[in-house]
Amino acid sequence: MNAYLSPLLGGLLIGLGSLLAMAASGKIPGISGVVAKTLRPTPGDTAWRAVFLIGLVAGAGLLFALGLGHTGFNLPGGRGLAVVGIAGWLVGFGARVGGGCTSGHGVCGMGSGARDAIVYTLIFMAAAAVVVLLWRLLIEGRAA
Amino acid sequence: MRLVLILVAGLLFGAGLVLAGMTDPAKVIGFLDVTGEWDPSLAFVMGGAVMSFGLGQLVLRKRDARPFGRALPDTSADPLSTRMMAGSAIFGIGWGLAGFCPGPALANLAVLRTEALVFLGPMVLGMVTAQRLLKLDAP
Repeated sequence: MNAYLSPLLGGLLIGLGSLLAMAASGKIPGISGVVAKTLRPTPGDTAWRAVFLIGLVAGAGLLFALGLGHTGFNLPGGRGLAVVGIAGWLVGFGARVGGGCTSGHGVCGMGSGARDAIVYTLIFMAAAAVVVLLWRLLIEGRAA
Repeated sequence: MRLVLILVAGLLFGAGLVLAGMTDPAKVIGFLDVTGEWDPSLAFVMGGAVMSFGLGQLVLRKRDARPFGRALPDTSADPLSTRMMAGSAIFGIGWGLAGFCPGPALANLAVLRTEALVFLGPMVLGMVTAQRLLKLDAP
């Protein structure tokens, strides 16, 4: 599929799924918040979160199984599993302290036009871009 | 019924991630490498997601619609918080290090990708640490 059409369609589905989850739950369905609150169950507010996450994994699994979409996977620039583990901790810690992740602040927050979410999204995008640049310059030793 | 809708929502979200290429760290890092060989395609993912979510919630709110019997949550902006800005920066550092954010890492769980497992364990630990430290009641 077209290099931009497929990402656009994927994005539309992500937004639609978030919208449906929000309308049906009455909550903001940011993935990091959904995961965190599934781990600390409160009566009446946990089942939907678990079901949403199961659906997410199943939906991705379906496309992987059918070979639809972008099924490739590559961890570039010599990033090893130790780096992946450290990154995981930072992402989990940062998302909770920061009050959201790419879906909560990025999709739901920016989609609602919330100015604070736009600022938080710009901050994590900028921080991520700086890390990618530093990794390329310092670890890979590539200027571009 | 409500849970069936939520399941469908999850299926759409997960399928969207794979369709979009978000599940491949190389794509994500290529998008974040704005001063290198920049791959702008993932901007269309965020653009598309913000568009469908944004238009949909606008219509629902304008009509004060409760299609599934529940009021939409308050998504209006809060005052900026230094704590949340710092947290977002930490999140971004992690995102740039491995090219994984929470949704795509979970999506890769579907094919039991080692990297996803190695990412998700510490991610949960990081969440627990944050909640203990800040005494968040799982907000």
